[in-house]
Amino acid sequence: MVPSLSALALPVAAAVAAGLVGSFAVLKRMTLASDALSHVALPGIGIALLLNANPVLGGVTALLIGAVVIWLLEHRTTVPTEAIVGVVFSAALAIGSMLTTGEELLEALFGAEQAPGRAETMIGLCVAVVIVGFMLRARHRLLLALVSSDLARTSGVDVVRLDLSYLLAFVLTVALGLRYLGILLMGSLIIIPAATARHLTRRLDTMLGTAVGLAVTATVAGTLGAPLLHLPGGALIITVAAALFAISVLFRRVD
Amino acid sequence: MPNVLEIDRLGVRLGRRQIITDLSLAVPEGATLAIIGPNASGKTVLFRALIGALPHTGTIRWAPGVRFGYVPQKLDLERDLPITGLDFLRAKARVTGAGDADLRRAMDLVSLGPPVARQPLGTLSGGQFQRLLLGFALMGRPTVLLCDEPTAGVDEPGEEHLYAMLHRLQQDEHLTMLLISHELNLIYRYATAVLCLSLSGRACVGSPLEVLTPERLQEMYGAPMLYHRHDGPIA
Repeated sequence: MVPSLSALALPVAAAVAAGLVGSFAVLKRMTLASDALSHVALPGIGIALLLNANPVLGGVTALLIGAVVIWLLEHRTTVPTEAIVGVVFSAALAIGSMLTTGEELLEALFGAEQAPGRAETMIGLCVAVVIVGFMLRARHRLLLALVSSDLARTSGVDVVRLDLSYLLAFVLTVALGLRYLGILLMGSLIIIPAATARHLTRRLDTMLGTAVGLAVTATVAGTLGAPLLHLPGGALIITVAAALFAISVLFRRVD
Repeated sequence: MPNVLEIDRLGVRLGRRQIITDLSLAVPEGATLAIIGPNASGKTVLFRALIGALPHTGTIRWAPGVRFGYVPQKLDLERDLPITGLDFLRAKARVTGAGDADLRRAMDLVSLGPPVARQPLGTLSGGQFQRLLLGFALMGRPTVLLCDEPTAGVDEPGEEHLYAMLHRLQQDEHLTMLLISHELNLIYRYATAVLCLSLSGRACVGSPLEVLTPERLQEMYGAPMLYHRHDGPIA
């Protein structure tokens, strides 16, 4: 059965957010940290399932806590963030997989076929609009901060607050894909199209546009193609995204 | 002449190491203060404290209404970063509310043409990138310019050219300048005062004539320093 247009709305909105958020994750060289951060959703989902609550809600809560913890580690302590993030969030994955088992674990990691309810879709669309709006408004500040936090600071950017806002936008984007892509594959949708766009483009706005275009293309192709090919949607989306990356290597920009 | 900056008993600590101890200093409007000292003596740390990027003890008082432009030490950027010079300048214009006219003016001031500005940052030469950073600092019409080794990664003719440009800008724009540099000849030519920092944490302030003596330099760097004083022989 080919999915209806309304069933595509949330995945496409999530893909737009993923392209924008992922571009900065790639440019900030935080692809590994961000991937580890997305794993923190798992124990949240596990606890929600134990409590018979909405698993997405549990995942979102855990993600928001994870974002704040990373931010605190980075700005309020002198511990090296990268190692801590790797250890803490991989532990989250381990603990989460003890709380969530069998079919539910697979769905949490790789997404489920069942469509979200009307309310969840509406909330998801609103969140996507907020993320996209924030990313477009904040892109100049994010650019300055990534070139040099001191230059951003002397230009009047509150770098510490901007970091928190970006981390929150990041985890909310992961949350948007929890239902249909799952934790692992949503992390990939954030990173792969942005990494592809990075080596094809020379300007930030072109990179952002390209990353969004690639994420949406992979999402639409994967969602529409899955029922025809009898394949799981999430896996097909990421396979398309990865194939686009492989093709793009041939067209890599040369300066 | 009123002071643009007054520093009183400034202390900055990084981890366990006290980098700057008890530094007091005033910078009058229109002055060029050169900051010299061996590596790890705290020159960049001082700048970072001055722009509010590092916590400190003591007081740093900027005159009301001061706007500063900051030219950091050579930034380490990846060559394939998809950000052009123009993206970078435009981002500052959008963040600070400066208009496109201000952006074009800054590019003119540092002689940065649009073809160069449209290149990705990582592909610019050392001199082009430093001029871009200077142009960035000049947007928003600063009254104080903080330059941290503005000629790092620039060849010698380029270095002379950049300093001449800085000096011209300072005159035309009535800027106060704080300048970290190892180029003693150029400091001798342009600075009105010199602050020397040393690894021991002891600092001295004075005119170039007072501070740039062979004895002081040897004491500060722990080795004899050679430089040309433009009025005389090798010191």
